[in-house]
Amino acid sequence: MAKGRVEVLEEYCKSCGLCVAACPMKVLRISEKINSKGYRPVEQYKEGCIACKMCAMTCPDAAIEVYKIEDNQ
Amino acid sequence: MKETKIYERPKSWKKGVHTHYCPGCGHGITHRILCEVIDELGIQEKTIGIAPVGCAAMMYDYIDVDFCEAAHGRAPALATGLKRTRPDQVVFTYQGDGDLASIGTAEIVHVANRGEKITTIFINNAIYGMTGGQMAPTTLVGQRATTCPEGRDPNLAGYPMRMCELLATLKTPAYIARVSVAQPKYIIEAKKAIKKAFEYQISGKGYSFVEVLSNCPTNWGMQPVKAFEWTVSAMMPYYPLGVFKDFDKEAE
Amino acid sequence: MARVLMKGTEAIAEAAIQAGCKYFFGYPITPQNEIPEYMSAKLPKIGGAYVQAESEVAAINMVMGGGATGTKIMTSSSSPGISLMSEGLSYIAGCEIPAVIVNVMRAGPGLGGILPAQGDYFQATKGGGNGDYRLLVLAPSTLQEAVDLTQLAFDLAFKYRNPVMILADGFMGQMMEAVEIKEYKGQDYDVVPWALGNMEKRGKRTILKSLYLDPGDLEHHNIKLNEKYKKMQEEEVRYEEFYADDADVLIAAFGTTARIAKSAIVNLRKEGKKVGMVRPITLFPFPYDVIKERASKAKHVLVMEMNMGQMLEDVKLAVGERTPVSFFGHAGGISHSVKEIEEKIREIL
Repeated sequence: MAKGRVEVLEEYCKSCGLCVAACPMKVLRISEKINSKGYRPVEQYKEGCIACKMCAMTCPDAAIEVYKIEDNQ
Repeated sequence: MKETKIYERPKSWKKGVHTHYCPGCGHGITHRILCEVIDELGIQEKTIGIAPVGCAAMMYDYIDVDFCEAAHGRAPALATGLKRTRPDQVVFTYQGDGDLASIGTAEIVHVANRGEKITTIFINNAIYGMTGGQMAPTTLVGQRATTCPEGRDPNLAGYPMRMCELLATLKTPAYIARVSVAQPKYIIEAKKAIKKAFEYQISGKGYSFVEVLSNCPTNWGMQPVKAFEWTVSAMMPYYPLGVFKDFDKEAE
Repeated sequence: MARVLMKGTEAIAEAAIQAGCKYFFGYPITPQNEIPEYMSAKLPKIGGAYVQAESEVAAINMVMGGGATGTKIMTSSSSPGISLMSEGLSYIAGCEIPAVIVNVMRAGPGLGGILPAQGDYFQATKGGGNGDYRLLVLAPSTLQEAVDLTQLAFDLAFKYRNPVMILADGFMGQMMEAVEIKEYKGQDYDVVPWALGNMEKRGKRTILKSLYLDPGDLEHHNIKLNEKYKKMQEEEVRYEEFYADDADVLIAAFGTTARIAKSAIVNLRKEGKKVGMVRPITLFPFPYDVIKERASKAKHVLVMEMNMGQMLEDVKLAVGERTPVSFFGHAGGISHSVKEIEEKIREIL
């Protein structure tokens, strides 16, 4: 299975939680941080992202970037 | 280890902007899909959007293409004038259920029937969002709204209007589909339909219409995830997803 | 083109085509149907388009869309149809989009009748739609003038990026007269800086809107629009004087009513009676100054309109308390006769 990483553009996140629900690997959660608009941005809090982009696809604020990680072996 | 970015903000999504939409609103998802489609088709510099009256009135703050603002319900007529005078441009209207299925019913039926080579994105969230949660023509039977506090009574307000089905009775339109942005599997299909709608316009096939079942967490009084669950469990049985008209299929 | 005998509505349509108008959006209503009919036959042949809208509401919004791309656009209608267009006119003015609208006035209110009237003076000059906006309003009195003003209307629409209305009474639309319609190129206005569909040329996109949620921004927008209206008042006032310089009785009338009044004035002058007229050609901007000036030397001002007294208010505003102002009107499709005008003036003198 592909490996990936999610980067949340924290300033744009409104902590709606749609990505958290959409993630099939359950690696996202709403963080304890607070952004300048007063929302608690989502974070990837554990390994296991498969770069499926479901989170980015669901995000109403285009606040998610997804990276695919390949091992150079 | 090598990292490759496989998803980023679309190019036509205006840089550095925060949307004014409530958290979890389907407008944002649909805007993002529109931007992705505009980018993929390479039409940013020749696209003209018509901004509606409603929550999406300021969508031009987020999508970086030419825009004109329409009076409530009149976007299809405005689009007609734009497209007739500039057929080289890609023109779309983006309308909510009050705009399209109530005050602008005449305009939407006739733009479809004339087969104007434009695309309409119709956001159906079964309520008036911006004015504060009043009954829409698409409010479900029994659904509460501020102007039907006991729930929509079909004896008084009739049954919710199914616009795809209504427009599909017309011979002229090229493409009519209903999609949803409730969950990832629906979003994938929604993007395909919206892209196809634009392609039909660009290739001159005719009028294309995509209804998007969305949500309104604020006026429905639900958390965003719950709201989209309601889109699936309550709206989809009455508003079935699918393609209601497709010139290409008819030709086969 | 030599002088030819034409019906008013058709002359207006051909004048628009000769001014470079290739797009027409409209909805049938009596007494102006020959304009859309003429356009539907001609425009497709010159690479333009005619669209029969589903309503006047839709027609004016098509006009807005066409004007938004910086294209010469026209629509025509008659009184109740213009009521339906009022919403769109407010948006067009608010978004600063050029457009030409012809109103061949019929008698009102409501469905009224289909005979000529001038009852839409208030609607045309004082609003109709919501908010602080103005239309440039041109009122022809002969068919040749209808032709010339129609062509001028396109120039003014682009000069000010504002809707311009040809306010013609039903006579103007339905009578026949010899006219000469020349090709009219008009001024060349660069639309690329503001018109939609030029993102590639301009290098960035543009937005045409009238929504300003910030009160400061909206006030600024209103001030900007108002400066434009002030400029119209400074530069675009048009009128005709007819024996006005020494008139004891000064008539103020526009459109066909003024034309009828001319016959009475000629007859009365033969009797040695000093009667004259100021005929506003632009109803907005209104020729307050000339009326004020001429009225100050007259003994009496008589306002005549095919309505119950609308332009009367602007004339009173111009005249003030200096000279008595009276009104002689007809409504419902009835026009003044030369004889009754003469009698009215003999009464005054």
